[in-house]
Amino acid sequence: MDVKDIIKPENMVYGKTKLLTDNILHYCPGCSHGVVHKLIAEVIDEMGIQDKTIGISPVGCAVFAYNYIDIDWEEAAHGRAPALATATKRLNPDKYVFTYQGDGDLASIGTAEIMHACNRGENIVVIFINNAIYGMTGGQMAPTTLLGMKTATTPYGRRADLNGYPLKITELIAQLEGTCYVTRQSVETAPAVRKAKKAIRKAFENSMMKKGTSFVEIVSTCNSGWKIPPVKANKWMEENMFPFYPLGDMKDR
Amino acid sequence: MGDKVLMKGNEALAYGAIDCGADGYFGYPITPQSEVMETLMKEMPWETTGMVVLQAESETASINMVYGGACTGKKCMTSTSSPGISLMCEGLSYLAGAELPCVVVDVVRGGPGLGTIQPGQGDYFQMVKGGGHGDYHTVVLSPASVQDMYDFVGLGFKLAFKYLTPCIILGDGVIGQMMEKVQLRDKTPRWTEEEIKKISPWACTGKKGRKRNVITSLALDPSVMEETNLRLQARYRKMEKEDVMFENYKTEDADYLFVAYGCMSRIGETAVDMAREKGIKVGLLRPITLFPFPTAEIDRLVPQLKSIMSIELSSGQMVEDVRLAVNGRVPVGFYGRMGGSVPSPEEILNALMNFIK
Repeated sequence: MDVKDIIKPENMVYGKTKLLTDNILHYCPGCSHGVVHKLIAEVIDEMGIQDKTIGISPVGCAVFAYNYIDIDWEEAAHGRAPALATATKRLNPDKYVFTYQGDGDLASIGTAEIMHACNRGENIVVIFINNAIYGMTGGQMAPTTLLGMKTATTPYGRRADLNGYPLKITELIAQLEGTCYVTRQSVETAPAVRKAKKAIRKAFENSMMKKGTSFVEIVSTCNSGWKIPPVKANKWMEENMFPFYPLGDMKDR
Repeated sequence: MGDKVLMKGNEALAYGAIDCGADGYFGYPITPQSEVMETLMKEMPWETTGMVVLQAESETASINMVYGGACTGKKCMTSTSSPGISLMCEGLSYLAGAELPCVVVDVVRGGPGLGTIQPGQGDYFQMVKGGGHGDYHTVVLSPASVQDMYDFVGLGFKLAFKYLTPCIILGDGVIGQMMEKVQLRDKTPRWTEEEIKKISPWACTGKKGRKRNVITSLALDPSVMEETNLRLQARYRKMEKEDVMFENYKTEDADYLFVAYGCMSRIGETAVDMAREKGIKVGLLRPITLFPFPTAEIDRLVPQLKSIMSIELSSGQMVEDVRLAVNGRVPVGFYGRMGGSVPSPEEILNALMNFIK
């Protein structure tokens, strides 16, 4: 049997989501961004809301998210995505508006913007990629870097007395009256991917119900920044990140 | 035409926004311009025109809300005063780089630092020369009356959408706080979704039947980034050709010229009249657009003049642009007060007399 006999529409069991563009991902092998991008594209496609969705990309590795998901995009200044999303949604209430932010963007330079957007209960979706490191700038300490973790700016490991403590910002967000759905997910196994997709879909659906902000954290890997190869990085994440950043829903109302 | 109403300059900005069909106002309280948002909140335009008004958590957030709204082709604005403008300069650079139209009002107070809540013109360099990082300009309008404050919001949006750039209304604490009669204009309805798609085909209105629209100021490839810069510079040259605005006061036969903007042009006009009573032929040129600057008009006036004096509420900022226009042909003097102090017409006339004697 020739390969041409196998590649037929009736034999197809899985295909690339049509909302993902053909641009080659710039993300490193093993990075969680690619999986999360795919999940968002699938959710938008399955909900049939491509013409009603506006994405807001951050500064960080995901700055080029607009090259990969085939919807309208706004590229924000570092940390300011929730402010853009606030106005975009309030001026266009019929649109699904989401921000896609990393830990440096959301939990460090953009802390004020995310806290206040969530506290106002903006009807937006926030996808928060927490890999505990600054990827794009070359592996510096993030607000979510674990104690003891080595980075370019904590070469001997993060010390509480020198660098302060890792920030559990999602736990803080869950306390805010304006949020309706706050959850922490991961994408390192097939069951985790399925759960994360369900969470993303729920967040998008919430945003049209005027219930407030939906916030989905994805605990992620950064192989280049952590200097750990993909399979080992998944294990490292499970053993070190999950005890400090436990998975599951923190709020759902 | 609507009614004639007595109001403050800051209130006029609010009514100007509603009446010209603005879609969104995002602001943060700061003296001496807090009446803008207070007036909008009292008027509740979301009940009438559908205009969104929101108090942000900071000036950093409000300028980025303007950015978010502008990305969708809406007419968005904010207002602040000097310390707030410093915070907004990051956003202004992004707005300029992403080629987004909006209106930003700076009701200038004395500085530097926290400074004073009294009027100033010390933000000229910051606003006229760019303000944020990178190589950019914005259109800068200078109101000199409460009527200007009302009219310039609509004018600002017109220019902002013509050139796809932020337009700054560079006021001052005097113009913001003083009360004058304002002739209200016919109300312009807000643009419909269909109109926005036609006027701004680049806007994020939802991808349907076209390529996806991406609003960004990022281009890692230097050749692409240089293209963006060249496009911006071409627009600035076009502004200089098509949209320079200024006002002459008794310049036809003038031997001496004041150059002044904002509240200083009002005080300067009184000084002109006082000089003429003494038989000294003085005129005044008031730039309405500070960028593009009326360089050609100064050039036209120079041959008839013995000297020029720039009068400002600063240590001498606009005077640099005046000197560039004069290019050494006649002496250029300067008189200014700082830190919230405003000179009297007598004081200005004395300064001129000392300069020309």
